[in-house]
Amino acid sequence: MSTPEPTAFTPLAALARGLRERRWSSRELTRHFLDRIARHDGALRSFITVTEERALAQADAADRRLAAGAATPLTGIPIAHKDLFCTDGVLTTCGSRMLANFTAPYDATVVARLDAAGAVTLGKTNMDEFAMGSSNENSWFGPVGNPWDPTRVPGGSSGGSAAAVAAGLAPVATGTDTGGSIRQPAAFCGLAGIKPTYGRVSRYGMVAFASSLDQAGVFGHDVADLAAMLAFMCGHDPLDSTSSDVPDPWLMQAADTPPAAPARAPVIGLPREYFSGLGTGADALDAARRVLEAAGCRFRDISLPHSPMAIPAYYIIAGAEASTNLSRYDGVRFGHRCENPQNLEDLYRRSRTEGFGMEVKRRILTGTYALSVGYFDAYYVKAQQLRRLIQNDFLAAFADVDLILTPTAPGVAFPRGDLADDPIAMYQQDIFTVPASLAGLPAMSLPCGFHAGLPLGLQLIGPHFGERALLETGALFQRDTDWHRRHPEGFPA
Amino acid sequence: MSTPFVTPRGWEAVIGLEVHVQLATRSKIFSGASTAFGAAPNTQACAVDLGLPGVLPVLNLEAVRMAVKFGLAIGAVIHARSVFDRKNYFYPDLPKGYQISQFQQPVVGAGRLTVGLPDGQEKTVRITRAHLEEDAGKSVHDAFPGLTGIDLNRAGTALLEVVSEPDLRTPAEAAAYFRRMHGLVRYLGICDGNLAEGSMRCDANVSVRPAGTTTLGERTEIKNLNSFRFLERAIEHEIERQVELIESGGTVRRETRLYDPDRNETRAMRSKELSDDYRYFPDPDLMPLVITEAFIDDVRATLPELPEARRARYRDTLGLPDYDAAWLTDDPAVADYFEAVAHASGDAKLAANWVMGELSAALNRAERSIADSPVTPAALGTLIQRIRDETISSKLAKTVFEALWAGAGDVDTIIEARGLRQVSDSGALEALVRQVVADNPGQVAQYRAGKDKVFGFFVGQVMKATQGKANPKQLNDLLREVLGSD
Amino acid sequence: MAAIDIAHLCRLAQLALDDAETRAVQGDLARIIAMVDQMQAVDTSGIEPLAHPLEGVQRLRPDLVTETVEPARYQSIAPAVEDGLYLVPRVVE
Repeated sequence: MSTPEPTAFTPLAALARGLRERRWSSRELTRHFLDRIARHDGALRSFITVTEERALAQADAADRRLAAGAATPLTGIPIAHKDLFCTDGVLTTCGSRMLANFTAPYDATVVARLDAAGAVTLGKTNMDEFAMGSSNENSWFGPVGNPWDPTRVPGGSSGGSAAAVAAGLAPVATGTDTGGSIRQPAAFCGLAGIKPTYGRVSRYGMVAFASSLDQAGVFGHDVADLAAMLAFMCGHDPLDSTSSDVPDPWLMQAADTPPAAPARAPVIGLPREYFSGLGTGADALDAARRVLEAAGCRFRDISLPHSPMAIPAYYIIAGAEASTNLSRYDGVRFGHRCENPQNLEDLYRRSRTEGFGMEVKRRILTGTYALSVGYFDAYYVKAQQLRRLIQNDFLAAFADVDLILTPTAPGVAFPRGDLADDPIAMYQQDIFTVPASLAGLPAMSLPCGFHAGLPLGLQLIGPHFGERALLETGALFQRDTDWHRRHPEGFPA
Repeated sequence: MSTPFVTPRGWEAVIGLEVHVQLATRSKIFSGASTAFGAAPNTQACAVDLGLPGVLPVLNLEAVRMAVKFGLAIGAVIHARSVFDRKNYFYPDLPKGYQISQFQQPVVGAGRLTVGLPDGQEKTVRITRAHLEEDAGKSVHDAFPGLTGIDLNRAGTALLEVVSEPDLRTPAEAAAYFRRMHGLVRYLGICDGNLAEGSMRCDANVSVRPAGTTTLGERTEIKNLNSFRFLERAIEHEIERQVELIESGGTVRRETRLYDPDRNETRAMRSKELSDDYRYFPDPDLMPLVITEAFIDDVRATLPELPEARRARYRDTLGLPDYDAAWLTDDPAVADYFEAVAHASGDAKLAANWVMGELSAALNRAERSIADSPVTPAALGTLIQRIRDETISSKLAKTVFEALWAGAGDVDTIIEARGLRQVSDSGALEALVRQVVADNPGQVAQYRAGKDKVFGFFVGQVMKATQGKANPKQLNDLLREVLGSD
Repeated sequence: MAAIDIAHLCRLAQLALDDAETRAVQGDLARIIAMVDQMQAVDTSGIEPLAHPLEGVQRLRPDLVTETVEPARYQSIAPAVEDGLYLVPRVVE
């Protein structure tokens, strides 16, 4: 591929090649994306903070590093971080009034590793408050528009990162996924998005939502972009005891050698529970299946019988963990504090009540209920038992198939406000993404078509630490399709 | 001394203790911040200790090793798998809004501790469990008007909470248990035992019931007792309060109380630290702690001689009375000191008498620990040798000890410089004796008439003349000889 | 099912909702709990709860002081600090 000058949608590998060959500098590249943010983000609100000065300084450092021949494939590449990764000296709000004044005094491991690779941080992206939401309407900093139709939601919770990449305001962006917060916005915005195996990427410095589910991942246009980022993000971190020390030499060098179609086409399972009654997107998935079949993949019908229990179990487990993860926001050491507290109780209650939005309060109260005396066994323990049954379903399926294919979301991006008053309907957005989260499995959404001009996504789920199979199968699919090369008209390159 | 406490007639107290042992790790239980005591406020509270957004706990190996060591020392089951839970409540000294502790699956299971009682009997107290947890910070109440200051240096310090069964029956038993626990953790080297700095703190669960009954009364918990004496007095007071309350028709309420040593009373805590629902659940930031047999064997190999074994050795090998053996072994520093003195002096019983007597009294007066004693074990050993070889009398040895304490030089120099050497020259002593006998004919007559008591008078006169330096045994023999003649 | 005691949950979670919010949350939580109550239809007797997707074993760190604390930096983001102490309204124990 020869690119005379960088465009908003040039793949990472081509951007890196241009940097190495001095066809453009990191400063020029960074300037290019900063200008696009200035021009387009007013309508989208995908960024909460743009770190222009810092980005240009990082770009200059990257240019020196490139000149010195000490570059990595990410050196000089502009990226964006979801605003729940702590960035030393930079506002880190988590989309909440609670942290609207919080300048993190340290870097998340993900941030530190990408910084060390030489990536340039353009800024911090908008999100549902504390990563709770599926539409990015729950942000203290305002809702994010979907670049394909700004009156519609981009999905959530990592909606800002998805919108920014889809609109070409950043080539790639980090996100986090607790129950679908990367995959669903990737589907809504026509992007590739991956949630790695639980523990593959360190959670240190990621503001916690639900500790046993949270996992950092990436948005990009194609699987090569995802792999290049993951290569630097993954790996054991001594600061996170739940991070995995299972090494993956293949993934570690995936920035230098992008994923290609697998040597042996995989056997892919189609879980019947995910397809029954599927309306919107059924045709696109069917077409995707035929593409993969034509490329040699074989398909098998499978059953994941406990899938319907995933949403109930998820909302108990995530709520319980969140309810105590969010106890540290008490107005004492950092974050929002109410005016003139009369006594300690008043300090706690008003600071927290003012600092948290309604959805966060709902989840805290749900989790508090599930953990409280008399309900613990009926809800929390029960949900964990179901979590095992759901994981067992997957483990049994992976005895017969290499990967599982499902829709990513039940439909396309919906108009802002449509589900805002109905938490239960909103929770159903995650119906296809939550089971893999509960089981800790890697899963990826890829663009697979359009419905009424809005992108559709397919989800591939792999066994634990099966990122390679996901990315290689994704490479196969993207080799034979061009959905990932479609970009929204309102944001020309 | 006040009069000894007696549980009101017709009542029995039931007491269980929760002892919080601050483990002597260099860094905190879940972070790499220092645990050194006395730093300026919040200079040892790192991002993890402050509970900043996004931080995660990572468990300290040494804290686990210490917990296992303790478990082995009390003969407890070490659980192969234990789990860290979150105990949820809001309090300003608790940065995360939850304490990481172990609720349902503690690292150390049931064990026992044998306690020496004031009457010389021993009692075996059952220990329910011991679990690892993190300490909270400290509140400073008097520095700012209307405000409380929070220092989180202590937040995250490793604690081992040791929970006893309600096997204790008197305040003195409770204090003896706490004292024995204090000795044990210092033997094991898992805690510095510094009560004044809060390295060991105790909560006492106290209830009363009519003597002879077996159902438990409603209990109260007295929190944060950090001295043996306060523990004993707080329980004494609480027993009296509960009995008075019940006898006057009231009922004991389950509540948490604080002991005020200045007023010698307990009062109900007003703080909202206590919740009626802590919502314990496994901390999803930490995996289960798995302890292998090999790990346990490694730790077992590092166990020192434990107090019970040492007591038996003092009794059986050194021939010390039970009381002495128990007294000397309570504190490993005292026992080590004693053994050095016994070795240097060659006389265990005399060494015991001196350590328990003069030395202990001097340390108490000066409020010093034995580690800071100005008299070294070697010096005390030499002093005892000089008694044994009759260079000095036991009485004058006390004078030498005081000089040693004051830093006046070594034992022999002090004896020579002050002329304290015993007069054992039989010729000189005999001349003196004859002089005294000759000077006091009246007393001689009384003595010879059968008034034995007068013998002491002659001893006193000779001692006075020698400034106490006469060898007492020699003097006795000479006096009897001289007085018995004629 | 008994009505969920929102006031009690708010006390535990240190939240203060006004009457309208309480009514709204009362309804939302009732529907959320009704939704999660679908779980009760599955027989899970004898199933070991799954607390962590990978069911690993706790890793331990060596007992080393690795953190240098810069209190001024941490306290620059605190709402109320004096003489190095975080300030809260007076606490009565």
